[in-house]
Amino acid sequence: MSGNGIIPPFIANLSWRPILLLMLIGGFGSIILYSASGGSFKPWAGAHLLRFSVFLGLALVLSRIPLDFWRTIAFPLYAVILLLLIFVELLGGISGGSQRWLDLGFIRLQPSELMKLAIILALARFYDLLPAGEIRGWTAIWPALVAIGFPALLVILQPDLGTSLMIVAGGLSIMFLAGLPLRLFIAGVGAIAVIAPLAFFFLLHDYQRNRVLIFMDPESDPLGAGYHITQSKIAIGSGGIFGKGFLNGSQSHLEYLPEGHTDFVFATMAEEWGLLGGLVIIFAFIAFIRWAMDVSHRAKTKFAKLTAAGLAMTIFFYFTINLMMVMGLAPVVGIPLPLVSHGGTAMLTVMLCVGIIMAIEREQRSKGRFR
Amino acid sequence: MPKSRIVTEAQQAFSFSRRSFFLTATQLAVAGLLAARMGWLSVAQNEKYTLLSESNRINLTLIPPRRGWIVDRSGKPLALNKTTFRVDIIPDRLVRKEETLTELQKILKLEPAEMERIRDDLKNAAGFQPVAVAENLDWDRFAAVSIRAPDLLGVAPAQSYARYYPEGAGVAHLLGYVGPASAKQYEETKETLLITPGFKVGKDGIEKAVDLLVRGEPGAKRTEVSARGKLIRDLATKPDVSGKTIKLTIDAGLQAYASRRLGTESGSVVVFDCTNGDILAMTSMPAYDPNSFTDGIGRLEWKMLQADDHVPMLNKVLQGLYPPGSTLKPMAALALLQNGVDPDETVSCNGGFTLGNRTFKCLGRHGAMNMRNAIMKSCNTYFYSMGRRIGYDKIAPVARMLGLGQEFELPFPSQRYGTVPDSVWKMKKYQKEWSQADTLNATIGQGYVLASPFQLALMSARIASGKELIPNIFAGPRKAPKPLAIAPEHLAVAREGMDMVVNSGGTGARSRLNLPDVKMAGKTGTAQVRRIEGSQRGQSGAWKYRDHGLFVCFAPTVDPRYAAAVVIDHGLGGARAAAPVAKDILTYLYDPAQAMATLTSLEAGWGGDILTRTAKQLAGLTTPPAPPAAAVVAEGEPEP
Repeated sequence: MSGNGIIPPFIANLSWRPILLLMLIGGFGSIILYSASGGSFKPWAGAHLLRFSVFLGLALVLSRIPLDFWRTIAFPLYAVILLLLIFVELLGGISGGSQRWLDLGFIRLQPSELMKLAIILALARFYDLLPAGEIRGWTAIWPALVAIGFPALLVILQPDLGTSLMIVAGGLSIMFLAGLPLRLFIAGVGAIAVIAPLAFFFLLHDYQRNRVLIFMDPESDPLGAGYHITQSKIAIGSGGIFGKGFLNGSQSHLEYLPEGHTDFVFATMAEEWGLLGGLVIIFAFIAFIRWAMDVSHRAKTKFAKLTAAGLAMTIFFYFTINLMMVMGLAPVVGIPLPLVSHGGTAMLTVMLCVGIIMAIEREQRSKGRFR
Repeated sequence: MPKSRIVTEAQQAFSFSRRSFFLTATQLAVAGLLAARMGWLSVAQNEKYTLLSESNRINLTLIPPRRGWIVDRSGKPLALNKTTFRVDIIPDRLVRKEETLTELQKILKLEPAEMERIRDDLKNAAGFQPVAVAENLDWDRFAAVSIRAPDLLGVAPAQSYARYYPEGAGVAHLLGYVGPASAKQYEETKETLLITPGFKVGKDGIEKAVDLLVRGEPGAKRTEVSARGKLIRDLATKPDVSGKTIKLTIDAGLQAYASRRLGTESGSVVVFDCTNGDILAMTSMPAYDPNSFTDGIGRLEWKMLQADDHVPMLNKVLQGLYPPGSTLKPMAALALLQNGVDPDETVSCNGGFTLGNRTFKCLGRHGAMNMRNAIMKSCNTYFYSMGRRIGYDKIAPVARMLGLGQEFELPFPSQRYGTVPDSVWKMKKYQKEWSQADTLNATIGQGYVLASPFQLALMSARIASGKELIPNIFAGPRKAPKPLAIAPEHLAVAREGMDMVVNSGGTGARSRLNLPDVKMAGKTGTAQVRRIEGSQRGQSGAWKYRDHGLFVCFAPTVDPRYAAAVVIDHGLGGARAAAPVAKDILTYLYDPAQAMATLTSLEAGWGGDILTRTAKQLAGLTTPPAPPAAAVVAEGEPEP
């Protein structure tokens, strides 16, 4: 690989396939945000591009950190973030409102976002420690459920249904991959069928319940709470196969599409780039996730396998929930499209995931070469 | 609950592979689902969403279409559109609100109340919707604003169209008028056009009947608007499509002349073309000015219309019913001839006819009367005697054949069809046998007989032409009329009698046409309004109890071309009030100059033409206040 001598080894050693896919997604995101602000780098596209470059750099730096480091700090990291979640909750209680973030001056840190990552690491570490023989016993189940349930409950109290769902989904993915008995998951699906209606009536906030109801029938309230979904579908539907053209989206530019630069950025894109643009984004994400799943498949240790697959699933959930939401297949839950939507925290979380997966992949290669 | 089963590391790794493969497959399936969903939205449902997106983006402001003209038989406009000037404010484009409003107030001389209305409207308006500042401006004020428009950002001077009737009141009952659509109309059709400011629909007469034809298609001013109602830019404007032009059989000049010639009387005129049944003129006076309704009628004018005992709001041509009086005698003569009466047989008139112990009076002592002379002198005795001989059940069918009591397909709401009585009718209505006295009264056009001026004119036209004319109001191809089931020699007798009325010293002798080679034939009629009590006849006393004057006629006497009916409410007599009007109207058809000269001198005596008189009436109510009650539909009472 380093044979031709023109390309410096640290560049040649990078895994270019995922990096190019990320750059495709992030670059496309900048172009979309450029249009969303009416053809200007301010206020979103420029910041997005800068942030993307910085976080990609961060991911590349992380990729050089040995996996052992993550294995070591998995539990402490989880504990710290859980404390931060509690702290945020208390802060919200004091200021008399709900608060989701800590203002660190240079960034508004959302502990719930980082929890998506921490839960994967913690559970991967847990099953790494658990002897294979005990995987079908109680000891394999209850600590994981507690580890998932506690932060999920805290986040749902914020209230942030989307993030809470993602923490649960990420955690369950690890449990599934770790080899817990299949009938547990089948029983779980059955239980959800029973609990979901109960949760709907007793656990959800009014606005969340409303969102679910309107998801079932967006036309019931086209100017009120169904407005988001209706306008998003109009934007995507009116884009057609090739779209209305760059900077020509009327739904976004005339402000009919709400949140066109954050959660509904995919609709903004679809209006101008059509089905083709949508397929590019879907392809890029799936290709990237497939790469991460491949990394997981080739990984040698249980921790590496579970971590890579879990992080891949986290990115997949981001992408899927957001797209289902903007296309009217899921209720509006406030999950951004990572690397495309404007906003730092989701991008940071995803780039941290990317960095760790790259670290795993890097270790495989070096092991393959030097050992 | 999970049972304990020993699992090795290798087994766990194998399970991991299978399960991660399952997840990968799930991911691909979900991606496929997302792509399919997107394809469904953007390809299969593209049309639907494109439409929704466009209706989001584009705001349509309808431009009311120009109404189609209504023209007379030669293409002369009876109803057209006048350009009017207005000034609007488009709130989104208004930059210096206060300065602009002050400036507008100065230029347009707006009242403080009006300014308040504009401020209110501006407050409530969506940004792109124009707010009316002033309508129906004169050219000077409009021009003053137009010149300043570049400085007054947001102020939009605009032209629009208003319905205009050059003949004013003269065509009121013929054409009707236009006004904003009613709430009910909008409820029925839900057409946005109906509630577009400035759009008018036909409210009466022809305007109402042909409304959909003359309506046209609205244009649309297309503007791009943001979700917050902000005006982004103007897009191409779609021009309106003017409504169809409707051609009537009316002769505009004749219509105007007839309306003016009625003068200060309450009356109606109908003129037919005897060759094909075309309605050449149809007027009921006095009438409201339909132009006043175009922009909403003033309260004073409305009050004046309501209070007038000459009922300007009623179309007497079709809705006024009168006892036709002696105008029915030519018709009765035809019935007599059909039933074998020899026209040369004479009846001796000693001033009346005795039936049992009652005497039915004649207006004179005419001596020996044959049929022609009886028509000429309007001898009641002859018709009492002969009518009694054949009975009214033989006369009624002829009356109906000539159009009395009949309905016609005409584009006018609420026509009244009157009464042609006979024994069956009386039994049904009053449960009483038909009496000979009923026959006598009906034969001279009194008693139960009622007809509209329109029917009388048609009767005259059918007698004159010998054809079963069907009335037309719309120009266009039509079927040739069938001949009437009446022998030509019988018709000749009736026509000769009517010729003698005017040209051989009959009751209408004073109304001979003053033309070298055209002669008019006619029949006078005087209809009693109420029972004659004691010495009081219908020739004096309060206006509303006086006799109606009627006249039916045709010209020329040989090969008739025109037929007409004139009814003057409470005009005392047909010869005195109606025949002179008919004379001038028929004169107009042959010698307009002579007719206009007559009219000019008449109008000088009446205090000017219709417009001038109305203006005077409005200004100072120069005529004495009219009594509130109005009785145009007169009840004919049998003579005792």
